[in-house]
Parts: sequence; structure tokens; C-alpha cells
Amino acid sequence: MTLADVEHPDFLWRNPDPASGYDVVVVGGGGHGLATAYYLARNHGIRRVAVLEKGWLAGGNMARNTTIIRSNYLWDESAAIYEHALKLWEGLEQDLGYPLLFSQRGVLNLAHTLQDVRESRRRVYANRLNGVDAEWLEPEQVAEVCPIVDISPDVRHPVLGATYQPRAGIAKHDYVAWGFARRADEYGIDLIQDCEVTGLDIRAGRVVGVNTTRGRIAAGKVALAAAGHTSVLAAMAGLRLPLQSHPLQALVSDLLEPVHPTVVMSNAVHVYVSQAHKGELVMGAGIDSQNGYGQRGSFHIIERQMAAALELFPVFARAHLLRSWAGIVDTTPDASPIVGLTPVAGLYLNCGWGTGGFKATPGVGWCFAHTVANDEPHPYNAPFTLDRFTTGALVDEHGAAAVAH
Amino acid sequence: MQLIPCPWCGPREEAEYHYGGQAHIAYPDDPQGLTDQEWAQYVFFRDNPKGPFAERWMHSAGCRRWFNAVRDTATHRLLTVYRSGEPRPEVPTP
Ligand SMILES: Cc1cc2nc3c(=O)[nH]c(=O)nc-3n(C[C@H](O)[C@H](O)[C@H](O)COP(=O)(O)OP(=O)(O)OC[C@H]3O[C@@H](n4cnc5c(N)ncnc54)[C@H](O)[C@@H]3O)c2cc1C
Ligand SMILES: [Zn+2]
Repeated sequence: MTLADVEHPDFLWRNPDPASGYDVVVVGGGGHGLATAYYLARNHGIRRVAVLEKGWLAGGNMARNTTIIRSNYLWDESAAIYEHALKLWEGLEQDLGYPLLFSQRGVLNLAHTLQDVRESRRRVYANRLNGVDAEWLEPEQVAEVCPIVDISPDVRHPVLGATYQPRAGIAKHDYVAWGFARRADEYGIDLIQDCEVTGLDIRAGRVVGVNTTRGRIAAGKVALAAAGHTSVLAAMAGLRLPLQSHPLQALVSDLLEPVHPTVVMSNAVHVYVSQAHKGELVMGAGIDSQNGYGQRGSFHIIERQMAAALELFPVFARAHLLRSWAGIVDTTPDASPIVGLTPVAGLYLNCGWGTGGFKATPGVGWCFAHTVANDEPHPYNAPFTLDRFTTGALVDEHGAAAVAH
Repeated sequence: MQLIPCPWCGPREEAEYHYGGQAHIAYPDDPQGLTDQEWAQYVFFRDNPKGPFAERWMHSAGCRRWFNAVRDTATHRLLTVYRSGEPRPEVPTP
């Protein structure tokens, strides 16, 4: 399916004013909020739903991420939810009737030290046990998959091998948001932009509405999908969360001929690169270390990324940096998300996806909608409770997440 | 590049520093006495305000000393810096 095959009206969704109340109010019109609204209608028949977005639809991290999709996480809990998402991606263009430029071009996670090699192989074995496609590649095989990676042994961080997930890939983030938005709108769901939630109306331990810049809206249930701003919203309910909001930057080069056939990530030299359909190289790395809600980061981080990219890909030496930007990512102590119930009845939490929640978009929407509809977590998000930071049942994905997204 | 004023060395480039997260988190007086909830709060839970935030920085490529700053996380503007052990100064809310 190409974009030309899809009828493209001027507007993919209505732009309604808020009604006085809804069965479910979703806060945050990014990928997660839109997917949640869509699956509330599609899977659970709940259509009196509004998605409230303080800016414009999908203008937050959804517009800013580097679109890497993969499911090669270490632990069973993570593999289950990310693989669920990947399977949904594989049928999503059909389901939404919208082209997403979903391209399963594979992802290489490079190993540069013996410790990397051991951890990578362990992850490959763990992935296979969970039915996730994963291979260990020797340096020459890395060069077969991606000929422009410098595998010579005399560089500062030599490539000692890589994990490879062939079913991983990229998609066009805007189309994903628009695809979900269009279908949600068709179900009669109100997508309300320019509507910031400024307060949560909680009575006798139950949420009954939200206060917004466009007035009070009654709500049977409220589902938070506000990514970097979740702590601010949770504070309105008196909840303190184990989240820290950080700038995460990315950048693109000028448009180049196709040179880069896959996605390459390196935790050790701190960079990852893919090439978008249009031809720009899309690169990023880890978060800026300080907390920040400013949607901008520090230049020295970009400088370091570029040094790392040049070391891995000498062929990029004459490319130009065209644009850089930042989003606000909500990180957790164990690099895993928090999705589930809260101590406030009718208030649900989806946050902590940090640097890696784009890939989860359909999976989150599916599971979060289930959680909201049934007032009970879906089995795939049941391990990702807020409670785990008290019980100690962490899902530590620092090895598979961290710099990698 | 953002300049951060070290209370000992004066303004230096941000790249000379390391970040240490929220300031004024005291080690519990009686760790054995904490409930699981209290221990979780101490280990994993930190404030995450959009606005003024008291936080720790280390001048790692300079005097190698820790100090505290109040910085506005929405604008990234440093409102004040002060030495470890000193109380958080009043800063006018911007
Ligand atoms: C530079 C960068 C690169 C990334 N790369 C990848 C990647 O390669 N792969 C990957 O899987 N993930 C990646 N991520 C992470 C991914 O983008 C996020 O995890 C994911 O987008 C979060 O879900 P979302 O789309 O719903 O967030 P968002 O799009 O941020 O949606 C949250 C929305 O909530 C709104 N909101 C906040 N407060 C309020 C309020 N009070 N009232 C109303 N609305 C409110 C915001 O305006 C925002 O639109 C990256 C992120 C960044 C910043
Ligand atoms: Zn100093």
C-alpha cells in the first residue's frame, strides 16, 4: 500500500469541542493515547471517549522519535509485551487501512567488548527461548548485513560481533499517529487539541472528571498517556512516581542516496543510525543527564554522537547535520514502563517508556485499553506495576534499553 | 554551551560537570526500621517537578567537588548555586 492508494482528505479527523463528559478521558494525544482510544473502541466497544491533547495531535515524543521497532529485550516480561507489539505492527497497515512505511529491515546491536559479547549472546539465547527472532553475528556477518560499518580491528572500539533481529525495523511516526487518529475518529472518539488538563477531580478516592483549559469535563475513567509530563499530572492526584523526565535528542543529515540498509545501534560508542525512506540519516543516543522539560538538550551530547557515528561509519564524513531536536522522556529506575492501576479508583497509568516507547505503540494501546476497560491489567502489562518498586520485582532492562531505544 | 557557576571555581562549561539528581536526600537515620514503602521511597522515588528543582552537580573536570543548584527544569535556567551542607536558599519563583 502506498500513500497514493489512500484517499487523502484535507482533514483525517474532526476537530470537535469537548462534550460535557465521557466514559473514558485519555490524557495525551501522542501515539500511546491515540492507540489506546482506538483499541478501546475496536476491542471493547467503548466509544464515548475523548483524547485531550495540550498541544497539537502527536506533537510530543511521537513527532520526535527515531522510530526504531524491535522486541529483542532480555526478560520474559519485556519480550512478551514488545513481541506482542511487533506482531501487531506486522498487521497494522491492514488493520488501520493506512500506509505506515513499516519496514522490517532488521536491527544490529553491536558488541565492542568481551563483556558486550557475553551479554549479547545471553540476550540472543533468552530471545530465542521467548520466540523472538535473534541471531548472533560475527564481524564478517555484520559487514554482510551492513557493508558500511567499519569492522577493522584497529579502531578504538572494534566491532566484535552483533545481535541481529531481522524482523525489527522502522516506520513513519507521523503516519502511525494519523492512522490511529483517523480510525479513532471514525469510531466517534473526540480528539480534542489545545486542551491542557490542569487538574484531576477526585472525590472519595475516585476520579470523576478533569479540569482543562477548555473547561471541566466529567469522566467515568481517566487514562494518563502523557509521557514526559506524567509526573506533573500524577501530582494533581497526589501521586509521587519513580519517574525522572529528561531531554532526549535526535538529529538528521541531509538527504543521501540509499547507503544504509538496516538499523545499527551501539551502546558502547553511544550512537544509533538508520536511514529514513526519504534518504536522511536518522541518529540519536542517550538522554541528557539532567532533568528537563524544555524539549531541548545540550550541544556537546550531539558532538559526541557524531564522533561515535564517524568512528563506526567513516563513509558519513561528508554528510551534513540538517536538524536536531529533543523530546521529554520519562525514565524509570529499571528502564521498564509502568502500566496499570493507581491508588485512585478509575485513574490509570501508562508511563515510564522513556527512550523506547514508540515500538510499543500498538501493544501499549491494546493492553492499556484492556486495563482501562476491565479495571484490571492485561497479562502482558501485569508485571509492570507501580508496586514493583516496593516489592522489588523489578524488570531490569538497562542492558537492552539504556542508550538503545 | 550552558555555563554552570561552580561555587568554588566560578562559571565553567557544562561539559565539565556531572549530574547527581535531586539534592537533600538524607540517608535514613535508621535503615533497619524502614518499612518497604519507606525504603522504596528512599531508593527509587525522586521529585520530578516542572520548574525549580534543587539538585546536585559535581565539578568533575575542575575542583571535583559536589555542590547544589536550584535550576528551573522548564527553562534550564540556573537560579542559584550553593555549597553542599548549606540549606536550600530562597529563590524568587520566575
Ligand atoms: C529523540 C527521541 C528518540 C526516540 N527514539 C525512539 C525509538 O527509536 N524507538 C522507540 O521505540 N522509542 C523512541 N523514543 C521514545 C518514544 O518516542 C516514546 O516512548 C513514546 O512516543 C511515548 O508515548 P507517546 O507517543 O504517547 O508520547 P508523546 O507523543 O510525548 O505523547 C504525550 C502527549 O501528552 C501531552 N500532554 C502532556 N501533558 C498534558 C496535559 N496536562 N494535558 C493534555 N495533554 C498533555 C503532550 O503534549 C504529548 O503530546 C524516542 C523519543 C525521543 C524523544
Ligand atoms: Zn569547581
